[in-house]
Amino acid sequence: MGGYARFVWPCFGFVFAVLAWNLWAARRHHAQARRRALRAIAMAGSN
Amino acid sequence: MWTWFYRLASPPYVYRVAALWIPWFLTAAAITIGYGLIDGLVFAPRDYQQGDAFRMIYVHVPSAWMSEFTYACMAVAGAIGLIWRIKMGHAVAAAAAPIGASFTLAALVTGSLWGRPMWGTYWAWDPRLTTELILLFLYVGVMSLRPAFEDPARGDRAAALLSVVGVVNLPIIHYSVVWWNSLHQGATVAKLGKPDIELSMLWPLLSMMLGFMCFYGAVLCIRLRGEILARERQATWVREAVKS
Repeated sequence: MGGYARFVWPCFGFVFAVLAWNLWAARRHHAQARRRALRAIAMAGSN
Repeated sequence: MWTWFYRLASPPYVYRVAALWIPWFLTAAAITIGYGLIDGLVFAPRDYQQGDAFRMIYVHVPSAWMSEFTYACMAVAGAIGLIWRIKMGHAVAAAAAPIGASFTLAALVTGSLWGRPMWGTYWAWDPRLTTELILLFLYVGVMSLRPAFEDPARGDRAAALLSVVGVVNLPIIHYSVVWWNSLHQGATVAKLGKPDIELSMLWPLLSMMLGFMCFYGAVLCIRLRGEILARERQATWVREAVKS
């Protein structure tokens, strides 16, 4: 990397960490909403 | 056209269609980002002034572009929610905000990593950097304002209003390098006429930008599905959707 490796690789690493976090957080957000919806349905059923 | 527009206002329709789009967006993102990475890191020639440090543009420019694009999407969705009182508009805006904030943070961090070898400093109160930082604060403000109200509908309206007002920052970010003396270089790709960048360097950049857009599409669809479930969990259609 012509002497710039200590800037270039962290730069790529940070962005791909951000992309990975986005995917993980979005899936977690959906899974949590799904669990809450299932709980709400179960509570409505028991009432 | 209006029928199609109003179908987009239907939560079960959007929930179902978003699920269909996710694998297509993810596949397109993997292909275009993969191509952009290989072409940008291996085959693109070294810049005659910046050397290999210029390769940081392959993640910095798409992040910066997506930070503004996502904000525009969020503001349009918020405006649709405000003007037509379509709940899906607010759901899209709520789903887009954290994604846009993360792209803005990525643009700021990669920009400062580029700034250190090129300008000799990680940070300067330069117009482009400062307006991008204001964009991050706007995202944080929009995300904080929504849950700050007891009534979710009022929170949605307040967040939408702030995001619409904040749109004024987008042209300021774009033209900051023209209007003021700036350390940041001027427009290279998004300019009228021929871009100032060599084609062998431009193709991987365009591919990465397309890949980031597709990735954004996939993540937005996943978040939007979660947002719809959270907002509609009392609706009868949700019972069938979550059990399947």
